[in-house]
Parts: sequence; C-alpha cells; structure tokens
Amino acid sequence: MTYSIASLVAGALTGHRRWKPAWRKPEPKPSYDVVVVGGGGHGLATAYHLAATFGIRNVAVVEKGWIGSGNAGRNTTIIRSNYLLPGNVSFYELSMKLWERQEADLNFNTMVSQRGVLNLYHSDSQRDAYARRGNSMRLNGIDAELLTREEVMARHPYLDYDNARFPIRGGLLQRRGGTARHDGVVWGYARAADRLGVDIIENAEVTGFLREGGRIVGVETSRGAIRAGKVGMAVAGNTSRVASLAGLRLPIESHVLQAFVSEGLKPTVDGVITFGAGHFYVSQSDKGGLVFGGDIDGYNSYAQRGNLPVIRDVCEGGIAVMPMIGRARILRHWGGIMDMSMDGSPIIDRTPIDGLYLNAGWCYGGFKATPASGMTFAHLLARDAPHPTATLLTLDRFRSGAVVDEKGMGAQPNLH
Amino acid sequence: MLITCPFCGLRDAAEFTYRGDAAPVRPAADAGEAAFFDYVYLRDNPAGPIREHWFHRAGCHGWVTVTRDTRTHAIESVVPVEATVAAEAVVAAEAAVAVEAEGGAR
Repeated sequence: MTYSIASLVAGALTGHRRWKPAWRKPEPKPSYDVVVVGGGGHGLATAYHLAATFGIRNVAVVEKGWIGSGNAGRNTTIIRSNYLLPGNVSFYELSMKLWERQEADLNFNTMVSQRGVLNLYHSDSQRDAYARRGNSMRLNGIDAELLTREEVMARHPYLDYDNARFPIRGGLLQRRGGTARHDGVVWGYARAADRLGVDIIENAEVTGFLREGGRIVGVETSRGAIRAGKVGMAVAGNTSRVASLAGLRLPIESHVLQAFVSEGLKPTVDGVITFGAGHFYVSQSDKGGLVFGGDIDGYNSYAQRGNLPVIRDVCEGGIAVMPMIGRARILRHWGGIMDMSMDGSPIIDRTPIDGLYLNAGWCYGGFKATPASGMTFAHLLARDAPHPTATLLTLDRFRSGAVVDEKGMGAQPNLH
Repeated sequence: MLITCPFCGLRDAAEFTYRGDAAPVRPAADAGEAAFFDYVYLRDNPAGPIREHWFHRAGCHGWVTVTRDTRTHAIESVVPVEATVAAEAVVAAEAAVAVEAEGGAR
C-alpha cells in the first residue's frame, strides 16, 4: 500500500485496525544475486539502492537480531554535512541531498527536520578553525554561516555566554542540518526495499562464509546457508568479528558510545547545538526529551553499555554550556558499539577476497551517512567500481598513507 | 569500571588513560613497510578477552597490562607492563624513540 493522506484518513476512520505489516517476513531462498549482511540503516539503504537505483532486485538482507536493533536505534539522530576534508565533504553532502528527498523517495515519514546544526566556538583559534571548515564547505557548495556571539544569542538566549573559562564567541551554523527519526529511517528503507522485492531475513546470524576456490560465494547463517553472487558487509561494531570469519584483519577497533535522553521538557532547544570546548551535542526531540551525547568511553568494547565517568563528563559539558538543564533528570541512557577506524573516516571498498565487499569504519558518525552509505555501497556492489563521491574511502588508504584524518589524530581510534 | 593497580590498589578507571591492544609489538627498524603497516593499523579487535595497556595517569604513572573481557568489561588480571613485555622489546622501543629524538634534534 502506498501511504498518502487518503490512506491515513481511511486508517483513522477504521480505527487503525486495517494497517498491514509494512514488510514481509520471508523464508530465505537458496541463493541471491547479492546478500547484504546487517539489517541496520546502512544495510537496508544498500539493499534499497541496489533495487531502486541499480535494478538489482534479487537481494537479501540478513540480520542477526531484528532490523534496527543495533546502532540505528542507538544514536542521537543528527544529520549534517559540515566536514572539512576531500573524501568526506562531498560524500556527506551527497547524504544530505538524499536526506532532503528521502521521504518522497521512500514514501515514508522519516521526520527529516532541517532545524540547523550549530557548532559553538569559544576562542580565537577555534573561530579560525571553524571559518576554515565553513569555507571548505562553501567551496563545495554546502551552506555554512559563521555567526557572531550576538547572532548566537538571538537564536539561543539560554546558553552560558560568559563562562569564565569557555565564553561563547560565536558559532558555525549549517541551516540544512538537523535531525531525522532514526527508527523511521530503518522502517522506511525496509518497507521500500521490500516493496521492490528485497528479502529481509531477521534472526539470521552469519556464522561463516561459503567459499569456492578462494572466492566468497555465500554465507552460513543460523537459518541455513545462503548462496550469493556477492556479499556486502554492513555490520558496524561487529565488523571485525564478521570479517574474521573470512580471515580478514582490519584497521578497526570497536568502542562503546553512550547517549542520553532527559525527561520531556517544554520546547526550548531549537536545533542541534554542540559545545566546542568540551564534547557535548544536544537536540530536543518532538516528544520534548533532550537527546544528547559526548565522547566515546575510550576502551575497546562490545558490551553495548558504558561506564559512569563518561556519563559524568557528558553531563558536566552540558551544564557548562547550558546551565538550565542542571535540574533536568535523565530518563534513559544506552550504549552502542562503534566501528572506529584508524583515521576516523569510513571504508567503502572491495576486500582482498573476491566476492566480499566492505562497508565499515563509521566511528560515531554513521547515522547521518545512512543514505549515502547505501547509495555508494550499492554502486560498488552493482558496478564493481567506487561511487564518484567514495573514491577516497578505500581500504588500501592506510597502507598507502592517503588517510582521511578529519581530526589529525593519527592511528589511535579512541581519539577520533 | 575499577582497575586494581598493582602499585596503588583498587582505583577508578577514570584515573587511567587507555593506550589500547597490547598485542602489536613494534617491528625492528628494518622490518619493512608491510610489518609496520600491520603494527600501526591492523587489529584483531576481539569480542572476548583482550590484553591491553593502560597508564595510571592520576596515580603512580605506572604502565599496566590489563586482561579484560570486551563483552562484559570484567577484568581478569592487572600486572605491571614489565611482566608482559619482553625486556628486549622495551629496549628496542626505547632505542627507536632515542633515534627519532636525535633525528628530530638535527
């Protein structure tokens, strides 16, 4: 069923009893043209673009749990394209453009809300760095505005402007940035892919790869073996585990990132705000909760939960920049496992093993990349050549030295 | 997470700085590019027990080798780094650092 105002009215008038499941629960077929491992946003977007953009519809997505049960349901829902370096700038802007037409493309309300992303600066040197970043964005046709202290005050009067240590001097604003409904993105891609014939197979954990003469020709799963012309991995924090089943070692470490939601508050925070002197980012959901986060915990983890020192650090950052939230209570917090790459940028590339393709290294920026990750990975799987915006996001760049290190931190994943 | 420092006793993990996986060992200076690529970039990244280096920044400034399960954060053992890193590896690393410092001075 195509969703429309008419279908919504009809649904309401029949007491919402006639809605059908939005996607099938098929049994796995013996073989597919492409099997995508990982039913998160990236895997589902990849399957959608394989079918919708590249005409490859004999596709399965295999997911060990239920779709969206990993990082797609564990992020702070921010979308933006305010990057500095070639390799990232055009890639994330492709993502932004796909966000802007996503609801029409998918016929699904993913609640894309371009409410603006504002990065605060607190010193002369930080202003210079943000001016440089903004110029890089504008040279690439992306909107960026360097705001003065007064202009930030007009937008967000409740921030602490005269903090003795970190006074707010202004901010870099991307008006087209904002938020999207993270679960809606998963459901939207799943439904749109399913309608094009993609099989979404849940509760099917990959336990091994099928090989024929050195080539990967399918996957062993907890629901049986599935043959495939090509296998694409989009498994985020579990990348090293799944890759090890194929004998690969990768430039990736898994780390835990925590995020938080406060109790519901009246509408206050209009847009996304980031604190440039600590690490704190916040937006307000449509239900009123403040959605916020900060740094990763900093040690290797697959536990999907973090520790108290980082919770304290994030909350200190929040109260430093926004003292009014000091009395707000945290309602929920959770942890997700990030596939931290060695330069802080993603990898969308073939692997050294024929038939196996890699989509990984999203660090803690994977959500905003979902549409472009799907588009570019589908391009790679369909045509065996990188998408024009992803030519620098290769697996070989670590060996060759052509890393895309946005923060200039070097090969220390917990600092990206 | 609490870490029992062999020198200071049971302390908050927030006192420590994480260096990472203890498995990679710096190759000899003439080991070649492939060996250094492996050392700098490639990781086993295990889901399960891992040996790793932590630095007791807000304590004794000692380096320790922690054996910890990445699925549960449970810590199995903490020993001084000297107990797990071969003496010749420490000497080689120090020598390499000294050579770099000398080169930098020139």
